[in-house]
Amino acid sequence: MAAIDPGLYNLIVFVLAIFVGYYVVWSVTPALHTPLMSVTNAISSVIIVGALIATGPAGFSFSKAIGFLAVILAAVNIFGGFLVTQRMLGMFKKRG
Amino acid sequence: MANLVAFGYLIAAVCFVLALRGLSSPASSQQGNRIGIAGMAIAVIVTLFALPDPGWSSYLLIVVGLALGGTVGAIIARRIQMTAMPQLVAAFHSLVGMAAVLVAAAALYDPAAYGITHPDGSIKGMNRIEMGLGTVIGAITFTGSIIAFAKLQALMRSAPILLPSRHLINLAVGAAIVLLLILFATSESTVAFWLMTLLAFAIGALLIVPIGGADMPVVISMLNSYSGWAAAGIGFTLNNPLLIITGALVGSSGAILSYIMCKGMNRSFVSVILGGFGETGLALADQQDRAVKPGSAEDAAFIMQNARSVIVVPGYGMAVAQAQHAVRELMDVLSKHGVDVKFAIHPVAGRMPGHMNVLLAEANVPYDVVHEMEDINNDFQTADVAYVIGANDITNPAAKTDTNSPIYGMPVLDVERAKAVFFVKRSMAPGYAGIENTLFYNDNTMMLFGDAKKMTEEIVRAMA
Repeated sequence: MAAIDPGLYNLIVFVLAIFVGYYVVWSVTPALHTPLMSVTNAISSVIIVGALIATGPAGFSFSKAIGFLAVILAAVNIFGGFLVTQRMLGMFKKRG
Repeated sequence: MANLVAFGYLIAAVCFVLALRGLSSPASSQQGNRIGIAGMAIAVIVTLFALPDPGWSSYLLIVVGLALGGTVGAIIARRIQMTAMPQLVAAFHSLVGMAAVLVAAAALYDPAAYGITHPDGSIKGMNRIEMGLGTVIGAITFTGSIIAFAKLQALMRSAPILLPSRHLINLAVGAAIVLLLILFATSESTVAFWLMTLLAFAIGALLIVPIGGADMPVVISMLNSYSGWAAAGIGFTLNNPLLIITGALVGSSGAILSYIMCKGMNRSFVSVILGGFGETGLALADQQDRAVKPGSAEDAAFIMQNARSVIVVPGYGMAVAQAQHAVRELMDVLSKHGVDVKFAIHPVAGRMPGHMNVLLAEANVPYDVVHEMEDINNDFQTADVAYVIGANDITNPAAKTDTNSPIYGMPVLDVERAKAVFFVKRSMAPGYAGIENTLFYNDNTMMLFGDAKKMTEEIVRAMA
């Protein structure tokens, strides 16, 4: 069998992940839909890995500058998103 | 090394799935969130280890960036008021969108760092298409979220703003974006890239401007979804499986929330996107001459403390008036009188999914007395009092009976079945949909005119 295009591997991963997301998110209780949004916000900032790669190379370049900017933006989101989620979840208490 | 990184990404992806899974119950949710944080830490650390040729200055720069952004994020997370969660989430979405645009641009100018080049240094064709798509979605997410933020923060009128021939403008801009995307994918022209990005910024704003305040739950969920698809698009561009997986998780999460919100309003997704709801200048029903029954806090207090069961129905007005703590006091004092107090939450109450639940949790209302619409709707017929605070359209019985009503078919809470309905409202002004609530004129409805917070506090005082 000839080698499979990496783009196709990406597609396979993508489609399967959508299914995982579909089933996992339907199991989330509606009471926690606001924390769901803030935590998905935080995890989508994993885009920071792309920003880190851009900031990585030694020496100055345009890519490095905007990569650095992206690191800052994503970091706001990661810290802000996870912490505010933690704060909200800490408020949900049972009776008694 | 590459394999080690991929393995780290796999663990991170599993952590993210578990973080979402934890939200299936409040009891497991905090643990889930901690697992999510661990996943993010793993992702960042393995990426840093695998940087090909960083040098200490790059590491320093990265640490500075993380510290800067992290400090800002932590301060915001600590200080933000729970009533402001919708605008905070909108602001966070805009950052994801912008980060996606920036990362795509970085990859365009230095594709070798990402290993997506042909031997001659040009970017591979497939990656260019994906880069273009990720950028466009990211740019739309950015400006769309900024507009949503401005509307929620009341920096901008929340009512729909309708440009003349806006559908035509949007169509033209959309077509231009597609053409530029094709041009960019075939030529790798940076001019085409930036023009395309600019137009995507423009259309993001144009799409959200005509959507009104009460449709915000759908808009925020939709932008949540977009931020995921943007991340996935960048993941395809960089051949990064973790970004693809996370993007797909977030994208489907936002899509499901949008679906739930649309269903809660009985609106189609398309009609929300086209915008303009609530500005149609509906003729008010010919009920102007019918009398309502106004009541005082003392009347309400007397009836409530002698009731067996009270169901509280909160809406956006409770958030605006910051009345959640007063409502909690009402619950406490009623419980002392032996009254059973429960809360009924409509899926679209408030400005984002789950908004009311968070506010009540903030005010220390235990989550096991807070019920979703389908779980509690049958209880109204046995309840003595329904206390409606800051909600309107979601209680309108016309949605069940009046086929001419614009909200006909929307699922509503059956508050009119309770023996008595107390409706806290500032004035007789209609709700968001511009429709009069027939509930006001029912014999068993008592209108409590006043600010939601003050009225609730007065009732509490009258009972003490």
